[in-house]
Amino acid sequence: MSNLIKFKIDGKECMAEAGKFIVDAAADNGIYIPTLCNMKGVKPKGACRICSVRINGRLMTSCTTPVTDGMEIESNSAEIQDLRKSIIELLFVSGNHFCPACEKSGNCELQALAYRYQMMVPRYPYEFPMKPVDASSPRIIKDQNRCIFCKRCIKTIKDKNGRSYFVFRNRGHKLEVVLDEEMGKTIDIATAHLAMENCPVGSILVKEKGFDTPIGKRKFDKEPIGSDIKL
Amino acid sequence: MSKPVVATTSLAGCFGCHMSILDIDERILTLIELVEFNKSPVDDIKTFTKPVDIGLIEGGVCNSENVEVLKSFRKNCKILVSLGECAIMGGLPALRNGIPIEECLHEAYIGGPTVQLNKDGIMPNDDELPMLLDKVYPCHEIVKIDYFLPGCPPRADLIWDALVALVTGDPMKLPYEVVKFD
Repeated sequence: MSNLIKFKIDGKECMAEAGKFIVDAAADNGIYIPTLCNMKGVKPKGACRICSVRINGRLMTSCTTPVTDGMEIESNSAEIQDLRKSIIELLFVSGNHFCPACEKSGNCELQALAYRYQMMVPRYPYEFPMKPVDASSPRIIKDQNRCIFCKRCIKTIKDKNGRSYFVFRNRGHKLEVVLDEEMGKTIDIATAHLAMENCPVGSILVKEKGFDTPIGKRKFDKEPIGSDIKL
Repeated sequence: MSKPVVATTSLAGCFGCHMSILDIDERILTLIELVEFNKSPVDDIKTFTKPVDIGLIEGGVCNSENVEVLKSFRKNCKILVSLGECAIMGGLPALRNGIPIEECLHEAYIGGPTVQLNKDGIMPNDDELPMLLDKVYPCHEIVKIDYFLPGCPPRADLIWDALVALVTGDPMKLPYEVVKFD
């Protein structure tokens, strides 16, 4: 292990292989940096900015920035915690996130982050945008009210020829992630379940599947998101 | 010293949050030792009879009557607390936000699949009825709200801890399990 380098997160001495992204290097050292659009094994995108840290006085996304020798990272300061909380709040007000009526409630990563940062109420006004629900596929419901444009489905849900089932449509404030109409007709049940699992929110749902885990036994009922990362 | 006074109301809510207040079980006996209730469905007092210390608001604001009640709570209560998802973000009634009000009423009274007896296609139009607002508003977008207790309903322990903290002035514990949005 010759390529080990030293760096610091909030003053704590850490070690990692050179070139690792900061989130992964931090996790190896038992430090949790929250992520939302990032997924293990998928090329990071730095879209949601939840994983922002301060390096050399500048805010950087830790999912796309590799660690370097002697790097000093600030992650847990009050300013950065508040920045992360404000991103969560913005995501809540810019979509229609009705947790009490959502099938993903309790297993939703956006909600889990709101719990972790104890969001009691967003500081921004609710937008209540009008968004459609596409239930044309026999297997999948794509609810645009809950989509946060993380691109996880686009990057991970592909057919055997490598074509993505989900695509971006339109631009700017009209941007949406949609299920390809033709491919949506033939998507198999295993892929549909994987799509639902990979979606951090409740935007992709498998049809004919409702609330099947009782409250108290869901993923984030007892332990905050990121509890699995410790030494 | 006289006891702190509490008032509660349900605006566009389902009374689930009030049920959750009752869900503090035997602690309700301690509660009536600690506080006195004024205007509230709990004791059926209809109008404010004295200045109130803590007002608990369940439900969002969907019509003109809700606006009036909420404003009277702000006027008469020192501290206002939004209780539950509906008060905080509109909740399930806010699912109608984004759908034109005429379409909602048409679905409810004329075109809906369960509408059978309304042959003349009458929509409620009596002057006595409160006017529906264009959308359901969170309470803090109408008046200033001091504290927020999320949940659908907020866990009884969360309501209890918040009330005790407000009455005693002690800092409030917020264990992970009690702050939930569902």
